[in-house]
Amino acid sequence: MMEKMIFGRFIPGDSLVHRLDPRAKILFVFLFIGIVFVANNAIGYALLLGFTLLIVFLSKIRLYFLINGLKPIFILLIFTFLLHLFFTREGDLLFSFWIIEIYEEGLRQGIFISIRFLVLVFMTSILTLTTSPISITDGIEILLGPFKKIKLPVHELALMMSISLRFIPTLMDETGKIIKAQMARGSDIGSGPMKERIKAVVPLLIPLFVSAFKRAEDLATAMEVRGYRGGEGRTRFRQLDWRLADTLSFVLLAGLTAVLWYFRT
Amino acid sequence: MNLDILSFENVTFTYDTEDGTVLPAVAKVSFAIQPGEWVALVGHNGSGKSTIAKLMNGLLFPQEGSVKVMGHTMSEETLWNIRSQMGMVFQNPDNQFVGATVQDDVAFALENNGVPHAEMVERVHEALHQVKMADYKDHEPHHLSGGQKQRVAIAGALAMRPKLLILDEATSMLDPQGRMEVIETIRRLRESTGLTVISITHDLEEAALAGRMIVMNEGHKHVEGAPKDVFKRGDELTGMGLDLPFAMRMTHLLQEAGVGLQEEHMTEDKLVDELWKYYSKA
Repeated sequence: MMEKMIFGRFIPGDSLVHRLDPRAKILFVFLFIGIVFVANNAIGYALLLGFTLLIVFLSKIRLYFLINGLKPIFILLIFTFLLHLFFTREGDLLFSFWIIEIYEEGLRQGIFISIRFLVLVFMTSILTLTTSPISITDGIEILLGPFKKIKLPVHELALMMSISLRFIPTLMDETGKIIKAQMARGSDIGSGPMKERIKAVVPLLIPLFVSAFKRAEDLATAMEVRGYRGGEGRTRFRQLDWRLADTLSFVLLAGLTAVLWYFRT
Repeated sequence: MNLDILSFENVTFTYDTEDGTVLPAVAKVSFAIQPGEWVALVGHNGSGKSTIAKLMNGLLFPQEGSVKVMGHTMSEETLWNIRSQMGMVFQNPDNQFVGATVQDDVAFALENNGVPHAEMVERVHEALHQVKMADYKDHEPHHLSGGQKQRVAIAGALAMRPKLLILDEATSMLDPQGRMEVIETIRRLRESTGLTVISITHDLEEAALAGRMIVMNEGHKHVEGAPKDVFKRGDELTGMGLDLPFAMRMTHLLQEAGVGLQEEHMTEDKLVDELWKYYSKA
């Protein structure tokens, strides 16, 4: 299941959405999350759904791939839908059987909340699917730039993020090696009752921790020797480039907001 | 007046130990390295060579004596300036890769030193060409071999256009092919740019390629000279836990077995050449 899970993954590509500035995409998604709550009727939610599908289309990510990858999320979605369906007791009674009673308002709420949820998950997934982690980090660093004034260590946070991302595959490899090494010594991982399985994780974690600390120390030395002295007086190799398409994406978003507001009841 | 690119003058360094035994890791060590040299600093574990590496880049300061780099004595004030003029490549290829991709990593030192963007792009490109890794500029580190990662690390050092490159056991974690790649890169760089190289190693095979060798033993400088001369002390080196290059051991064994070889050979190629000659004469 984890292999198919696309939440937080990046799919390289060359679509209109891929090429947008990461700052634009992050801001866009944040604003969109707010705008979703403007919709309060069928037309509004239909518009939101249509808009999201348009963005999916523009990102050239196949809808089937997106839906398939977000399957675990759908369990949550269905659960929320059912919760609303059964427990809202407003409007006309539509259906009644034994202790189950479904009201009109429940059905409406269920559908609306599901669409809202779906739209939010799709949008945030498209952000991570079309933007490399390192670009997201760059974008966050610049967007948080103003907070340096209140002594928020923005550069350090961004560096921490990018180094963590950089070391994920390295530590995954290492975990694989440790698992094999422990299995070669006869340890049994991944079977037996829960308690045994949790116990079996300890001999994996400890060597992993030890080596992670060793790596951190080496890395700190290497960084220092290469002249790292914090964010002060540093220049950036990666330059972000705000183009017309980025500005236009916000015009589009403003248009959506206006239309949603117009149809709001 | 001072032409040395790096010099140690009577340097002593002792680590604090918990049980109170005071054994200097480095004791009264002096040597000097001239521009354009390739010097190998060899020694077994615990010989003090890693402490010397740390003294060279200012991670440690000597308790006695002084370390001078390009005429400046290493101190808190001169440290960053000195570091910007020397490159260093460490042992573990993974643990010195800072950037998310090859080009980000090469640019790291440039970013730290505030090099403007346009120049940075040019220098990264140039450095990657020098180590023949330009085709890999967008690759992520986990898709590279050990030898490739070390070449990227060399490029990262070269981007700063250093006068001195220090290889601290840079080939010891690599497979034979990766080791060849790195050594070949260094050799080529020295031919094209005349870069000064110090390689700290316990591999005498690698040291044989250097112009000069400094052998460390138990914190003292044991002997210094051309590899050819140093290797004449065969048993002495083996006694310190160092392995002579394969070609030399082979030569010795052949001589013992009565094969009349004329010379001591440090490389396999030369040994094979003489064996051919010997064979055609016999």
